[in-house]
Amino acid sequence: MTYQTQQIHQDISGNTNGKNAIVAKDLSIYYGDFLAVKKVSLEIQKQKITAIIGPSGCGKSTMLRAFNRMNELVPTAHATGEVIFYGINIYDQNIDPVEVRRHIGMVFQKPNPFPKTIYENIAWGAQINGFKGSKSEMDNLVEEALVGAALWEEVKDKLDQSGLSLSGGQQQRLCIARTIAIKPAIILMDEPASALDPLATLKIEELMKELAKNYTIIVVTHNMQQAARVSDYTAFFTMGDDRAGFLMEFGETNQIFTNPKQKVTEDYITGRFG
Amino acid sequence: MSAINPRETLDRSLKEILDEILVMGSMVEEAVKASVNSLKARDLDASRKIYLGDQEVNKKHFELENRCITLIATQQPMAKDLRLLASILEVITELERIGDYAKGIARINVLMGTEPLVKPLIDIPRMADKAINMLHRALGSFVAGDVESAREIPKEDDEVDYLYNQVYRELVTYMMDDTSTIDRANYLLWAAHNLERMADRVTNICERTIYMVTGEMLEFDHTDDELDMFERNL
Repeated sequence: MTYQTQQIHQDISGNTNGKNAIVAKDLSIYYGDFLAVKKVSLEIQKQKITAIIGPSGCGKSTMLRAFNRMNELVPTAHATGEVIFYGINIYDQNIDPVEVRRHIGMVFQKPNPFPKTIYENIAWGAQINGFKGSKSEMDNLVEEALVGAALWEEVKDKLDQSGLSLSGGQQQRLCIARTIAIKPAIILMDEPASALDPLATLKIEELMKELAKNYTIIVVTHNMQQAARVSDYTAFFTMGDDRAGFLMEFGETNQIFTNPKQKVTEDYITGRFG
Repeated sequence: MSAINPRETLDRSLKEILDEILVMGSMVEEAVKASVNSLKARDLDASRKIYLGDQEVNKKHFELENRCITLIATQQPMAKDLRLLASILEVITELERIGDYAKGIARINVLMGTEPLVKPLIDIPRMADKAINMLHRALGSFVAGDVESAREIPKEDDEVDYLYNQVYRELVTYMMDDTSTIDRANYLLWAAHNLERMADRVTNICERTIYMVTGEMLEFDHTDDELDMFERNL
């Protein structure tokens, strides 16, 4: 199976970018004149899980969406600074944001499978990204993606059923399968389990750890225990009096949750914030 | 309505547990003091009571351990709260072991039966006084999160070690002079050893205070004398 070669894909295959999958440098994000996120510099390591935590309104989701230019779906959104992905600044004028999103996929808080069959949910994404293989190759792709999302055993006998017929947790895993079917380098997850029951949540967390063997994951979560359970690194964002979010502290998750360096971080994770 | 403390339950529970640590500390301080006094006075009845009283110390240990585990499960403490709970679990174990030392001294008194002490007790009560005083202050430091005091108290362990070495040399001399004193001298040596170990455990409590406040795990260095021992024996 081959994908149509695009500029980013070519650059990725030739550039290992060291230990980092993606790096933000002095990144500021605006909605119109409103500064939502202020001068963030952040290095995300490859095949690790990085959690972004912080109080409501501090720009966590805005920061996450900046990694694949999803903020630009808001007409007034714009950014300054750089986001370097395999040696390319994805905010360069000649970079197509749609192409960026093929390599940096996203899973959202509310599961949003297409109103199609389970099979088509996976196949459709591959097809519009230039899949040119045979039917049996597509079958293999679908199975591989569903296996990778730990959903195959539960749906293998009903691939022609609607994706919407699945439970919430299964739908979210279907969305993950859909994302990994096009083999992104990075998966962004915006509170992927917050709409799910506790058991489904734990399954998603275990899946994330499994996925991290092959993908880089950045996850926004309000659930600190979840961040502590799943992530290797944690970035704590907060906001100043100007309501602009900024990165207060970044470090290994063990250290952030047992002995943070900043008092504000300590106050937040011990639940004494504000 | 006044402002809500979002960790009211956790904070209140932690304070209650810390108060109970002081209670448990008092129990073992009293037990050590009483065990040495009863040894000095050869009061076997008192020693029996101390021996049986250790069950209350053990009960307190389990009760506090249970409360800590429940808090960890239900409150998901992080950072300093988590270090505090982890340290409390260590400290109550140290106190339980010190309680065992008191029980051990009481047992020694009973084992000696009606035989007289091989010599009047002078340094052993001094060791006990010193170790009890260290423990009392160490627990105060732990509850208050007083790192300065926690760094100072372990230095006093050297005094206890010095007294122990003195007791050891003296009792060995007795044993060499008169082999019929070996059993009784050994009993006193065990009693002194228990008190020496008690002071070591107080040092551990101080280490936990520093860890709880700063996140730094450290062990207080051995004295130069102890390190010289390796040089001499190689």
